[in-house]
Amino acid sequence: MTIQEKQQKVVEEFSFLEDWMDKYEYLIELGKNLPPLDDSSKQEKNLIKGCQSRVWLDVRRENGKLFFKADSDALITKGIISLLVQVFSGHTPEEILDSNMDFIEKIGLKDHLSPTRANGLLSMIQQIQMYALVANTEKSS
Amino acid sequence: MNISQIRAQFPALQQKVYGKPLVYLDNSATTQKPESVLEVLREMNGGINGNIHRAVHYLSVACTERYDKARKTIRDFINAASENEIIFTAGTTASLNLLAFSFGQTYVRPGDRIIITQTEHHSNIVPWQMMCQRTGALLEVWEMDDTGALDPKKLEQILDKPGDPPKLLAITHISNVLGIVNPLAEIIRIAHYYQVPVAVDGAQGIVHQKVDVRQMDADFYVFSGHKLYGPTGTGILYGKEKYLEEMVPWQGGGDMIESVSLEKGTTYAQLPLKFEAGTANFTGVAGLGAAVEFVQGLDNGSIEEYEKTLTEKGLQLLREIDGCTIYGMPGTYYGQVYEKIPVFSMSIEGAHPSDIAMMLDKMGIAARSGMLCAEPLLARLNLTSVLRASFALYNTVEELHFFVDSLKKILKILR
Repeated sequence: MTIQEKQQKVVEEFSFLEDWMDKYEYLIELGKNLPPLDDSSKQEKNLIKGCQSRVWLDVRRENGKLFFKADSDALITKGIISLLVQVFSGHTPEEILDSNMDFIEKIGLKDHLSPTRANGLLSMIQQIQMYALVANTEKSS
Repeated sequence: MNISQIRAQFPALQQKVYGKPLVYLDNSATTQKPESVLEVLREMNGGINGNIHRAVHYLSVACTERYDKARKTIRDFINAASENEIIFTAGTTASLNLLAFSFGQTYVRPGDRIIITQTEHHSNIVPWQMMCQRTGALLEVWEMDDTGALDPKKLEQILDKPGDPPKLLAITHISNVLGIVNPLAEIIRIAHYYQVPVAVDGAQGIVHQKVDVRQMDADFYVFSGHKLYGPTGTGILYGKEKYLEEMVPWQGGGDMIESVSLEKGTTYAQLPLKFEAGTANFTGVAGLGAAVEFVQGLDNGSIEEYEKTLTEKGLQLLREIDGCTIYGMPGTYYGQVYEKIPVFSMSIEGAHPSDIAMMLDKMGIAARSGMLCAEPLLARLNLTSVLRASFALYNTVEELHFFVDSLKKILKILR
């Protein structure tokens, strides 16, 4: 599946969730089901500090594709992370750089990515894009 | 005291969020404003608008009168000796920055010591760090114990070190995390015994306690308008006249001068205008005056009584929640009685504060999560985040119950 198709799938899943509590409960389920990072990946260098919650992001490169693993101490944040990892993991740097993020807005979670939320999510996305950019530059140089 | 009559004066409390009645429990961050304050702001923004202290025309005079009247109202409110001791600022943070700059330039030399406590919020930490960088002074921290209480003996040890006594002790009246009232009478007595002036951060204190700066004998006392049912962008720096008289001004500009000459230089205005450069927030100040009048119009004794009820009930209900730790408990520590205001910071096993706050939000409840602008205090407690519900005099016992019941529902989902 392309990144766009994966995003579409998430939007469809969310369209069945009527109110906010349902959305949060769904995200909490996703968060609980996302395997926690092992301690070796939960190092300071992978930590994105926010005032609200903390996020860890670990990246692996294999056969020209980027694979993400991530974790958070807060469950709703972790649920959103699970969506991001699901959408972006296993793609090439070009695919990641060419993609957009409208699915977050479409499922009504745009507020969670505002800089003032300080939950680490915005930094996490920037970090993913940064990894993709670096990987892309290394490849072409 | 009739809470529903008080609530009725606050339009913001009548609104719904996400289709649910708003339950506003983030009062330590900012409070809602009563109709009497909104009326003043409307009236001034809508017409009574002329720059103060400079023109002879009707509007300027009308605004000047309101500005000066507010100063008198606030002098009476905190029982300052003179209106010269009341400086209008943009808020607690602005007051502390002013104080740190002007006090630092006037009195502090390299190697001097400045004391703060571990329970301060960032506004009462960072200005002093910056002052120490500018002056070469050293910042020393009066550490709290595991409960959040401050042992006066530790203060004496800090003050009693050989050499000159510290230049200043800056301490909060009530921590915005712990909600515990520091025994200032005893603390100020000790500091003054060692000839150390005391600056009190009253951002939370002024809202929940009757403050008499002369009885307390604080050398400086600062607070914000917006936490006291007044407009944002207003605040007070109270200082004893003997210090304010000597202190150099912070910002320069109009209104703070006596005479400006390009050849002979500038002479400054008398107090209090010396510290009020530029066009003052006269609309906000008039609104702050109205907010203080609103508080003065309430029966002080019954407010304290009512807040005590909220505190006791809140502690009782929250303690019934499995795995809930509340930070800042009332009691007797080091021979001093520590009272608590209805501010409840907590962590709950198996549930992250930010998850809880996000779900409370969608139930119509405004609560806080995170470090509460007090990172060192949280670090001391080995925490990265807490959940806080902070009550004001317009919150009801029903709201408290609704908060606790909602919390229990959320915990069932999260844990």
